[in-house]
Amino acid sequence: MTTTPLLDATGVAKSFGAVRALTDARLTVGSGEIVALMGANGAGKSTFVKILTGALKPDAGRVLIRGQDVRVGSPAEARRSGLVPVYQEPSLIPDLDVADNLRLGDTPVGPFREWVAALGIDDLRLDRMIADLPLATLRILDLARALAQKPDVLLLDEMTAALPTNLVDKVLHVVREQAGAGMGVIYVSHRFTEISHLCNRATVLRDGRTVGDLDIEPGVEERAVELMLGAKIDLGRRDTSAAAAARSGTPRLGVKGLAAAPKLADVSFDLHAGEVLGIVALEGQGQDELFDVLAGFDRPSAGTISVDGTPVSFGHPADAIAAGLTFVPGNRAEALLSERSVRENIALPFSARVANWGPIRRKHEADRVGYAIEKLQIDTRAQGEVQRLSGGNQQKVTIGRWLATGVQTLLLFDPTRGIDVRTKRQIYPLVRELAENGAAVLFYTSELEEVALACDRALVLFNGRIVDVIDAADADEPTLMRAVHGLTSAEGAA
Amino acid sequence: MTDATDTRPVPALTRFGRWLADNPMVPLIVFLFLLIAALEVMRPGIVMPVRTGRDGFISTFWVSNLVKFAIPLAMLAACQVLTMLTAGIDLSVGIVATVAAFVCATMTSTIGPVPACLVAISCGLVVGIVNGLGVAFARVHPLIMTLGTGLIATGCLQVYQRLVISVGVEIPAFLEWLGIGQTWGMPNALFVFVPFAAFILWLMRFTGFGRILFALGSNENAAKLSGVRSWQVFLALYALSGVIAALTGLLYLGMIRQPSLSLANPLLLPSVAAAVIGGTSIFGGRGSFAGAIVGALILRVLNTMLTLLQMPEGARIVLFGLIILAVTALYVRITGSR
Amino acid sequence: MSAWVRKNAWVLGLLVILVLLMGLTKAIQPSFGAGGIESLARAALPFAFATAGMAIVIIVGGIDLSVASMMAVCAVTAAVLMERMGGVPALLIALGVGIAMGAINGALIVLTRVPDIVVTLAMLFVWEGTALLILETPGGATADWLREGIRGFAFGLPKAFLVTVVLIALVWLPIRRSKLGLSIYATGSDELAAFRSGVATGRTRILAYALCGLFCAMGGLSLAALTGIGEPVPGPYLLASVAAAVLGGVVLGGGKGGLLGPIVAVFILRIIRTILTLMAVDPNVTTIVEGTIMVGVVIFGALVTTRGRRTA
Repeated sequence: MTTTPLLDATGVAKSFGAVRALTDARLTVGSGEIVALMGANGAGKSTFVKILTGALKPDAGRVLIRGQDVRVGSPAEARRSGLVPVYQEPSLIPDLDVADNLRLGDTPVGPFREWVAALGIDDLRLDRMIADLPLATLRILDLARALAQKPDVLLLDEMTAALPTNLVDKVLHVVREQAGAGMGVIYVSHRFTEISHLCNRATVLRDGRTVGDLDIEPGVEERAVELMLGAKIDLGRRDTSAAAAARSGTPRLGVKGLAAAPKLADVSFDLHAGEVLGIVALEGQGQDELFDVLAGFDRPSAGTISVDGTPVSFGHPADAIAAGLTFVPGNRAEALLSERSVRENIALPFSARVANWGPIRRKHEADRVGYAIEKLQIDTRAQGEVQRLSGGNQQKVTIGRWLATGVQTLLLFDPTRGIDVRTKRQIYPLVRELAENGAAVLFYTSELEEVALACDRALVLFNGRIVDVIDAADADEPTLMRAVHGLTSAEGAA
Repeated sequence: MTDATDTRPVPALTRFGRWLADNPMVPLIVFLFLLIAALEVMRPGIVMPVRTGRDGFISTFWVSNLVKFAIPLAMLAACQVLTMLTAGIDLSVGIVATVAAFVCATMTSTIGPVPACLVAISCGLVVGIVNGLGVAFARVHPLIMTLGTGLIATGCLQVYQRLVISVGVEIPAFLEWLGIGQTWGMPNALFVFVPFAAFILWLMRFTGFGRILFALGSNENAAKLSGVRSWQVFLALYALSGVIAALTGLLYLGMIRQPSLSLANPLLLPSVAAAVIGGTSIFGGRGSFAGAIVGALILRVLNTMLTLLQMPEGARIVLFGLIILAVTALYVRITGSR
Repeated sequence: MSAWVRKNAWVLGLLVILVLLMGLTKAIQPSFGAGGIESLARAALPFAFATAGMAIVIIVGGIDLSVASMMAVCAVTAAVLMERMGGVPALLIALGVGIAMGAINGALIVLTRVPDIVVTLAMLFVWEGTALLILETPGGATADWLREGIRGFAFGLPKAFLVTVVLIALVWLPIRRSKLGLSIYATGSDELAAFRSGVATGRTRILAYALCGLFCAMGGLSLAALTGIGEPVPGPYLLASVAAAVLGGVVLGGGKGGLLGPIVAVFILRIIRTILTLMAVDPNVTTIVEGTIMVGVVIFGALVTTRGRRTA
């Protein structure tokens, strides 16, 4: 391109404390161009989107719009500069009606109505409350509102998620038409099929930096998968030949037709003692709901759970714990008492029941906590407050809590997210060892190479359903990457 | 991949904040003695009579008086510390103490001192259980809930007073002994307070219940994840708080010997202030009863100073309010968290 | 029409209850009539203003525990000033003081990042002490026209009732339909979405608390007008205003409700007291019953809120 691009972001960097979410992100969008922004979980996509739209301030780098350095301080300013985002979560106010939402953002009503009609919703009444409208409609309204503001650059974040097929077609049609008229579009998406139909280019992010700019042409999927994976740090190797062993008898955990509306539908699997069952999925495919239900935080909307053949029903995590199901959540902050000591954090389940509210059995506690600390090699130099530990050690504390009480069925939700390689290398053998000693482990991971390292087989979740089961021996990353993108299954994307 | 090991340089203010958080008693005790020194400067001889030529290096009268009136304050502060550990608060303690004192004083002549005290304590228990039910099951904010039960209890007290208007007031002898008696120059109330304080300190540090209180306030989700059913804790906690408040009322009755319909009400705000000064976070998860005891002493000394300065009551209330706000805002600023 | 009915079903239901309760009052005490309604409207005056202020801060997603104290400050300010200067400047100063106190509350919440409930708890004491500093014991005076302004009838309606409705409507209606009103609802409903829609949420919050301060000033002035003097000790308006706001359809947590429902709820709570008094119930028992009803309403509101969150 010889003309000034509509949007030109270079060298964008952003750290959250010690975590470097973005190191060198680049993106250019020219007039009439539709650019896909891709990246695996944790690549820094959402941080980049927030910076482009002014919700976050970058530590370094520039965002030029029409060649002008705009200092975007708030979403309102980004909008004035000509970049209008449509977020994954509709940013409409649930307790106001449509008309008031338009007034709030100074959106002209006439163009808005035209866009709504063009996007396939004919019967919208402006006095409907946002809270009463279905999610798909809200996303369309959000898009129509953005279009009515005549943006130079439109940013669509997972626009077609939660949309029925007919609306997806309309949306893609409108977006293409607008690009034809000179608008620039940033299309953040996981969906290869849509990207290859819609976009001109794809910018791929990995580990906080832009690693490639691909022209969309046949076979681009393979190239994108390769770029998203990149050259990984060696996390070790495991002999997976003996993996598919002992999977008979009554399963430790039996799940049948489990559903949690609206995200999870009809999931069935058996998890046996001695087995590590992996779950892989892109973000938001129902894995959060699955773990919440199994851990007793939510009730399923359908289906049954049985432990050792006995049906169980959980109204509270305490019930799940009583049935031997212990949960390590993905977000460590959810599980830790950040201002309390390592010892108190690990010993917390000991005091949970009313019967144990009396004097603490110091000896017993010291023994059990000591066992967990030793087993996990927790660095206890800063044990006075868990928040002073490194992320890896914090994660060990959340796992250690259940080692101290004795593990039967362990639900691990992305236990290695954001922790150092050394700790990761310690966690896989630990998980294996637990299984060899008779524990059953359900292991969701966002890092696909971990399947081969820790699991016996992996279930692939897509749109709330299990779409594939892959044995550890076959679970190389490209296979998994294609599977989580729904590429092996029939085009079930919408 | 991102490595979350904490290697950032820690800002000086945060480091100082952490040091304070590790050793909260040091600055508190220093502050207490500074206040006492200031008081001595304002009115020479009040603490150290020897300086004005009278007998005694330290005035036992002054010390015993300070301790005596700090005790009920510290006991009510215990209610605030315990509830604040779970990010709650108990605003019904003042009225509960008053109710207990009034009930005890009016019932002693008819049913005898011990049953009267037991009835008084069960009044506190009932209010506490109602608080606990509201907080545990309806998840009403404890502040609103305890304010409401306090209001209802006030109404009940007034109705009760009309019923017993003809009954004489009698204060059990042992409460008077505790309230105004002295042993070796120190108030007898210490015979109640020392075991009480030991119990609270033990409860907070060495029991499962204490652990759970800290856990609930520091991260309710983590507690839930570990199998804690929070309703059980809230119910027990507020019931305990009600009982402590009732006990305080009985002790206070022995000190003042004049039951009224607003006997212990003025202690409510200082009890919150004492807990906050003592390093207890109103957001939960952090608190110390030892700190609250020092906080109560600080407030008593401060009160003496304000009286000496002839500060009006209004200024005192403003000051207490500002102390609570300033300490909390400082905590938020230092730790960067809530 | 039916959509309008559905949207306002809660308020309409409250109105029906109010009419039924009035009928009940008439049945118990056949002589209950214009005079009774007039004194009811007068007694409701400070409650109505406190509730209006509380409703606004709850809608913006907060709470203000210092309403009663702010009312006391404004009442004594007005009473002290009216002894020395004309009624109108004193009245304007009192209103200004109310707005300033509310704005201070809001600014402290936004700037210190300390939660609203803690800030306003501390400010409850600060304003209470301030009222005592202005006037240590009940005293001062109120302008005659202020006292007369809420007594008797005008246009066939109790003046106090007209004052309530007109003043609240005068302040709230223009705001409700303006950008500020929308921002208040948006901030309380979903702060992130509001921020993304370009709402300055911090400023909105401060303005909402300032509005609450303004209504508290009106409440304080009506207290002064009712008693003829300034009373430095805060009245029982905190719990009453929260309960009335919740009963009136304002959801704790923010974003939902209006001011009409809460005002109707104030009259309902007041008329229950009238009924109990007419039934010759001990006034202290009445306090208990009232307290229980208010706590019950708040518990109900909290239950509805937690349920709503669970299904969301």
